[in-house]
Amino acid sequence: MGLSSRARAQESPYIVTYDHYLEEPGSLEVEYFSNFATQLGGNDFNAYWLELEYGATAWWTTELYLDGQSTFGDSTVFTGFRLENRFRLLKSEHVVNPVLYIEYEQISEADKIMKEIEGHDVEADHAVPNSMLRQGHNHEIELKLLLSSTHNGWNFALNPLATKNLTGGDPWEFGYAIGVSRALALKASAKRCSFCRENFVAGVEMYGGLGDHASFGLNETSHYLAPVVAWNLPSSWTLRLSPGFGLNDNSHRFLLRWGVSREFSGFGSTVARCFGGR
Amino acid sequence: MIRSKIRRSRVLVCITVLCAAGTAQTDNSKKDSSVYAELAKAPAKASSRQNPLEKDPDAVPGGAKLFEIHCAECHGATAEGGKKGPSLRVSEVQQATPGTLFWLLTNGVVRRGMPVWSKLPEPQRWQLVSYIKSLGTPAQAKNP
Repeated sequence: MGLSSRARAQESPYIVTYDHYLEEPGSLEVEYFSNFATQLGGNDFNAYWLELEYGATAWWTTELYLDGQSTFGDSTVFTGFRLENRFRLLKSEHVVNPVLYIEYEQISEADKIMKEIEGHDVEADHAVPNSMLRQGHNHEIELKLLLSSTHNGWNFALNPLATKNLTGGDPWEFGYAIGVSRALALKASAKRCSFCRENFVAGVEMYGGLGDHASFGLNETSHYLAPVVAWNLPSSWTLRLSPGFGLNDNSHRFLLRWGVSREFSGFGSTVARCFGGR
Repeated sequence: MIRSKIRRSRVLVCITVLCAAGTAQTDNSKKDSSVYAELAKAPAKASSRQNPLEKDPDAVPGGAKLFEIHCAECHGATAEGGKKGPSLRVSEVQQATPGTLFWLLTNGVVRRGMPVWSKLPEPQRWQLVSYIKSLGTPAQAKNP
C-alpha cells in the first residue's frame, strides 16, 4: 500500500484542549475515543466517537467525526457528524501560536461526547431519554482560537470557543478549555523502547461553559478538571486516558475518557498514486 | 501484427523514459538551491547557538532514532532526499551551524510543507541536529 506506520512520539495527551501542532502533511490519524459519565437523575452513559484527521498541508488539518452513544438501560444511537478544520495562522514558531478552528456539526441533542462544554450545558441535559433527545437536531458552527505555547518542554494551551446553532434563534454560546502538559523525559533514549519515559506525556486540562450572548458568565454552567496522560508506542499507536471530575453541582460527578489512535504517514501520496498522481 | 507490437513496445519505452525523466526532474528539484535558502534566514542569535549535547554520547544514536521516526518519511532513510523533502547531506546543510539547523527544525518551513517541530522537546531537536551533522556529505562518507 505504501503506507508507513512510523511512530509519532509526543502526541498531545489532551482530549478536549488543542495545542497548536497540526497533523503532518499527508498523514492520516485514525482515532477512537470513549467518554463514560455518571448521571444524576438518569442513567449513566458511554459516548464515543471516531475521528479521521488528515494533514492537508503544514498549515491546514481537516477532520471528520462520527459520534454515537449508549445510555445504560435506554438505547444506543448514532448522534451525528462533525467536520473540523484547523488553520495555522503564523508561518513560524512564536511565544504564543494561534490556530483558527472552524467546525460544522450536524448532531442530534442525544449527542453526549462532550468534546466541548459550551454555553449553559449542564448535567441535567443528559438525563432525558434518548427517544426524546433524538427529536432535536442541531446544525452548529463552532469557532475556536487555539492559543498554545511550548517552553522548556511544557505546553500551555488556551482555547476560547464560540458556537452558534444555525437552525434556531439561539444566541452565540461560549466556553473554554485550558491545558498544560509535559513529556516525562525530554531527551530521547538511544534505543527504540515502549516504556521509555519520553513516550509518556502527562498533564491536566480544565474545560467548561461561559454562558451565552444573553447571559455571559459562570451562572448555570458546568466545569471539569481532568488529569490526562498519553502513551506513545513505537508501533505508531497512541493511548490516552483521562479521568475527569465535575467542579460544581451542574457538572457530571465523574467522567472517564480514553482513546486509542494510529497514524498512517504517507496516506496522501498513496491515495494520489491510486488516482494516477505521483 | 509484429510491427504493431513493436510500436506498442516503443510507446511503452517512451512513456517509461518520460516518467523516469519526470522523476529525475523531481529529484533535481530537490537539489534546487532555493530549497536551502531558508537556512540563510536564521537570525544571527539563533545561528550562533551551540549544541548543548555536542559531547553527549547518546545524542547521535538518539537523534538517529528520532530521524527514523519523524524525518525519514520525507527526507529518505539515509537523509539523501525523499518523496517530499530535500537531501540533508548536501554541503548547504552540513556546513550550516548547529544553531541554524535547530532554528529551522523549531520553525519549520510551513509554506514548503515542512511542519514546525517544536512539539519535540529542545533536547530532542538538538539530538536531531547532532545526528544530521554526523552524516556528512556522501563524498565525506566515502572518504572519511
